[in-house]
Order: sequence, then C-alpha cells, then structure tokens
Amino acid sequence: MNPWRSLRVRRDQGWQYIRDVRAARPAGFVGLPQIAEGTCGAGCQACADVCPTQAISPQPLQLDLGRCVFCTECVAACPEQRIRFTTDPRLAATAPDELQVRPGDAADRTRVRAHALFARLFGRSLRLRQVSAGGCNACELELNATANVNFDLQRFGIEWVASPRHADALVLTGPITATMADAVRSCWEAMPEPRFLVAVGACAISGGLYAEARGVQRTFLADVAPVLYVPGCPPHPLTFAHAILDLLDR
Amino acid sequence: MTVVVRWPGSALPPATAESWRADVLARLRGGARLVTLFGRRLGDQVLLTAVLQHPDGALHVARALALADTGYRALTAEHAAAHCFERELVEQTGLPLTDHPWPKPLRYQDRDQAAMADHPFWQLQGKEVHEVAVGPIHAGVIEPGSFRFSCLGEQVHHLEIQLGYQHRGVEARLLAGDPRRHTPLVETIAGDTSVAHAWAFGAALEALADVAVPAAAVAARGVALELERIAMHLAGLSGLATDIAFLQGASSWGRLRTTAINTSMRLCGSRFGRGAVRPGGVRMALTAELRAEVAANLRLLQHDCAHVDDLFFGARSATHRLRGIGTLRPDVAAEIGVVGMAARASGLALDARTAAGGIWHEVPIASVVHADGDCLARARIRADEIRASLAWLSQVLERHPEWPAPPPPLPSLAPGQFVVAIVEGWRGEVVHCLETDERGRLTHAKVQDPSLRNWLGLAVAMRGNEISDFPICNKSFDLSYCGHDL
Ligand code: SF4
Repeated sequence: MNPWRSLRVRRDQGWQYIRDVRAARPAGFVGLPQIAEGTCGAGCQACADVCPTQAISPQPLQLDLGRCVFCTECVAACPEQRIRFTTDPRLAATAPDELQVRPGDAADRTRVRAHALFARLFGRSLRLRQVSAGGCNACELELNATANVNFDLQRFGIEWVASPRHADALVLTGPITATMADAVRSCWEAMPEPRFLVAVGACAISGGLYAEARGVQRTFLADVAPVLYVPGCPPHPLTFAHAILDLLDR
Repeated sequence: MTVVVRWPGSALPPATAESWRADVLARLRGGARLVTLFGRRLGDQVLLTAVLQHPDGALHVARALALADTGYRALTAEHAAAHCFERELVEQTGLPLTDHPWPKPLRYQDRDQAAMADHPFWQLQGKEVHEVAVGPIHAGVIEPGSFRFSCLGEQVHHLEIQLGYQHRGVEARLLAGDPRRHTPLVETIAGDTSVAHAWAFGAALEALADVAVPAAAVAARGVALELERIAMHLAGLSGLATDIAFLQGASSWGRLRTTAINTSMRLCGSRFGRGAVRPGGVRMALTAELRAEVAANLRLLQHDCAHVDDLFFGARSATHRLRGIGTLRPDVAAEIGVVGMAARASGLALDARTAAGGIWHEVPIASVVHADGDCLARARIRADEIRASLAWLSQVLERHPEWPAPPPPLPSLAPGQFVVAIVEGWRGEVVHCLETDERGRLTHAKVQDPSLRNWLGLAVAMRGNEISDFPICNKSFDLSYCGHDL
C-alpha cells in the first residue's frame, strides 16, 4: 500500500464522526409528523384515502407512527393543510399507544419511557442480534449504518453481534414471513435472559405495507411483545440511536 | 425502455405450448436473449408469456396457452438461462414440465418454513466430501437465505443457494387495490433498488394509461436512479474492503455512501430515493439552493472517490486477494443468463440504458465492460460505474436544472393490454410486466429483480474456490434476497 495515497485519503476523510447524535438534525429527512389543531371539513377523509397503510384515522385526526411509511401523500391530500412532517428523527416509543400522533402534540412529547432496570442492566453495554424476516434491505442498511464512521454507536457500548447467545436484544425487521417464522422463534429462544425485543420499521411494528400480504405470519409477536418500537420506512440511524439511548436513559 | 403489446382481453393466443416452445427456441438460437418467462393460471389452462430481446435491441413477446395437466418439455433442458423462470412457472401455476434438470421449488411460495426443512439439496458423494450449511440467518445485519456448500477439504465443488425466506407475496399485493397508488409498496420490493423498481412499475402504468412523461421528469428520474447506483456501488465497495480487512477503503467508501444517500434525501426526503418517482412524473423539487448543494456533493464524491480508488486498486494486497477469485467466464455468464453489472464484469455488454432512449439518448452514459469475470472485475466495474454516473449526473443537472411539479393522478388504465418495462438498476435490469383485463383492472403483475437470475452466477463462480472466498464472492455479486423472493 502506498503511504502517500493512504495519507491523501486520510486527509480527505477529515472528521466524519457526528459529535452529538442527540443534537443532529438530518437535512431533508421526513421525520416526526405534526398535526395542527383545528377541524376537518365535514366528512373529509382525504388523508386516510390516500394512505397506503391505513396509518391515519380521520375525525378526529390521528396518525399511527407504527404504520406510517412516511410517503407524505397525506400532506398533499389534506385540504386544510393540517399535516406536516418535521426533520425530527425522534420517532420511537415504548408502548403502541405512544405511537399515535394527535393534534397539538407537544414537539418534545416523550414517547420512550426510560427504564431503570434496562439502564442498570444494559446502560454500559448492549449487544444486539438483528434478524430480518421479510425486511427489504433498507432497514438492514440503516441499522448497519449505525455502526459506520458517521454514527458510530459503538461509542455508547452498543454493538451488533453474530450469535444470539451473545445478544441482549433481538432487533427485528420485516413483517415476519411464513418462511422465517420458525427461524425468528429459534433465534429468540437461543438468547439468554434477560433479553428484549425491538421492532424496527413499519413492517416489523405493524406489518406496514405487508399487513395483509399472503406470505406474512406474525404469531411470534402475539407471544413476545416488543419493548421498543422504532418507526420508519426505513428508520434513520439517528431514529434508532435516540430510541436506544432514551430507553437506556443515556 | 418499455414496449406495449395490445392483447385483446377476450381473445386467446393462437399458439399452443409446443409451437410456442419451438418459436422461442428458434429465436434464442438466432441470437435473441431471454428477458423473462412466466405464466398465469386460467382455469385448466396456463397462459405462457416469454419476452425476448433480439440482437438489435427490439423486444418480442411470445404467448401461448398450455393445458394445465400436460405442460411442455422444459426450455431449460436446451437453454439453461430459463432455469429460474421455469422453476417459478411450476411453483406459481402447477404446470408440469418435463426434463427440467433442477425441478424444485424456487421460493416455497405460500408454504411455511417447515416445508423448507426437507429441501432436496444436491448432494456430492464421496468419502472425503463434507457439507457446510449456512443460514437462513447469517452472522451479520443482512437478509436471510440458505447456502449449502459441498466441499473437498477447503475447496468448494458445488454451492446450492436456496432462497424463499423473504417471500412476502408482493405480486399478489400489487393486484389488490388501485395500482396507481402502489408505488410505496413497489419501492420496498428490493429496498436498495427503490428507484429502479418504482420507475419500471411507473413506466408500465404510464404505458397502460397512455401518458407521456415530460423530458425533464425523465431526466430527474435518471438523477435519482444514478444516485441510487452510486450509493449502492459505494456500499458494495465498502463491504468488499471490510471483508478483506482493508479498513481505509471500508470507512472512506462507507462515508462517501452517506454523502450520496444524503443527496437523495435532500431531493426526495428519503435516503433510499423513496418518493422520488411517481406514476406520470417525479415528486422532487430542485431549488437553486439545492442545485448548488447537489453540485457540491457531486464534486466531493468525484474528488474523494478518485483518491480511494487509487489507494485500493493500487494496493497489491487488495488486488491480489480479489484477482482470479470467483471467476465467472463470459460464455458461462451468457449461458445461464446473468445480467447487469455482473454480466458486464464478465465481458457481456448488457445495459438497458444504452438502448433506452429519453435522457439516455440525450446524454449517453458510458457503459463499462470488463473481461475477467472475477471479484476484482466486479469491484473495478463498480468504481468505474460510479465515475461514469458522476460525470453523467453533472451533465444532466446542467441541461435540466428545472424539474416539473408532481404529476396529477394517472387516468384509468386501458383494457386488454400487456406491457413490459425495463429499467437498468444498479444490479441489472429490473423488469415489470403488467396486464389489464377487459375492464382495465390489473390481472397480472410480474416483477423481476436482476437477483433472480444472478444468484446462480454466484453459485457457479464459487466452484473450485476455497470456502473462505465465499464472503468476497458474495459481496462482489451483492444480490438481493427479497428481490428474488418477492
Ligand atoms: S405519510 Fe404516513 S400517514 Fe401519511 S399517507 Fe404516507 S403512510 Fe399514510
């Protein structure tokens, strides 16, 4: 390897590390939606009609982050312009009800409840085993990105591991296909306790665009409830970072 | 490129399975290439469709009705490139084919995982033979699939790749509801190829609705598509560098990918180009401020990629590890129907962009071909294509600085038509075939990701290599599991 070429690449590389992942706001990102207070036209459900995942229930207007794929069709459809998307990547929640966005929600509403036990057990070291069960490789690429030179979640002691035996949490992507249903279960069973489940992306949380697809089999989620829901299609690496750090109270 | 074939919904094709088979084989012997082949069950018959591309680039559609209980003699017996199509045909329609050398399910569609446990993997006999089974869950943040290696010592004699774990039922979903609203779904067929799939699907719908897309919108689609190509090539190169422990390449190409996908996000709100393409046009705004930002990002990519390429391809430790590994010979690549960048790395000049017209005609893109067919060729071709795409993007952005507003909803689809649309995604050709019934509703949606054909390329390229070469061979092909499984 030519050392001068190497030094030149090093100089170009500069400092890629996002110093404060808590403060970073990705430019152009379609993140946390806000619903303006007000009233809808009589009988109007234009937003719900265009939504590909039934994420919106009209009258009173409410948006489910666990179903939303952030396509923004509803923004253009709403005649009252009540829906807008901010670049805020903090989308995760610890309970399904916290995934609901309602008119006039405070911009800093807490959706992830930090948990003292989780903080004590995993606050300094958390090992994650990822399983894709019908994920389209977008969630997987973004989860991989959490470990790249920009986001570098290893700095918080958070790492991806190959074996479920080494893992504290199962990070699930995809709607769970029938042909992966057994594998997901055996992976979970191979993990030592204490362990917890994280659902990443609209597919894993609600089935998303595949909620009614023929190849999907979600019975595993009836038996094991996620502790953390990370919305997005796919979620931004910062969304995932906030989710985990909030849960661990870091 | 798209081709529209009017197909009267009520009329049945005149050809029988036998005459269709003879016609397709004659065309293939005459130098045509099989683009896709599939069937649809119609009561006790199966409507067969084959799309061929003649050497002059023209597409030809051949259709016939086969009797569901009789079938026909598999084309694969004489033309290996039909192997995956005919396995799928049997799985999707139940049509019995004789003489298929590999008659097993392609993706265990509509079955559960227990059925896959008894998959009849091909077995190598012998005292010294050992098998290595990998998957479906792999040791990384990656999609699932099953690999079965038959080895003699460290040497792989045969690899069988069994997929299907990612089968969600995309094609059936596309038939439910209004197809003009399905782009978000199409963008997740293979999430790293969102733009190419959205474009192919959109082009097919536009042909059915008889809507012309403004030239500037086609240019904007090209911008989104090439950004997707650059981003995924950078991801692939970064992964390849990781796999051979060339850490500077891994981290530099990795962060350059961040620049590429963040550029997409500035244009359409998504790092994966989602929302960029909508039937009838695009949903991206290019303001003066954005133009400057995009131009600056492209300059940075051009500047920094050149330096990383120099470092990596000038390092003997890197090239030595990749040279002569996972070689797919040109004749074999052609025989089994490999497409896209993997085909171009094996000397085959296959690139739908060269014949696509529109923006590709206005600003031709330099299509790169390498002859060696090894991991090094598949790495080089990605670096070269990044360079070609960056140069192309700068020209296109200069010629088309204004992009049209989001399109109005498409009018209704014409009845009784069959349409094929092909877009050259970063892995290769993405093919969407749509057909409407006599009332203009979709009756068939056939989706094809290049991965469907290229997985066999990886399996064949592994023969004679060491099992420890698998990660770099796999990364060099960089195929999609969900794109295959649908
Ligand atoms: S942005 Fe979310 S809520 Fe709005 S239409 Fe798209 S999926 Fe539905």
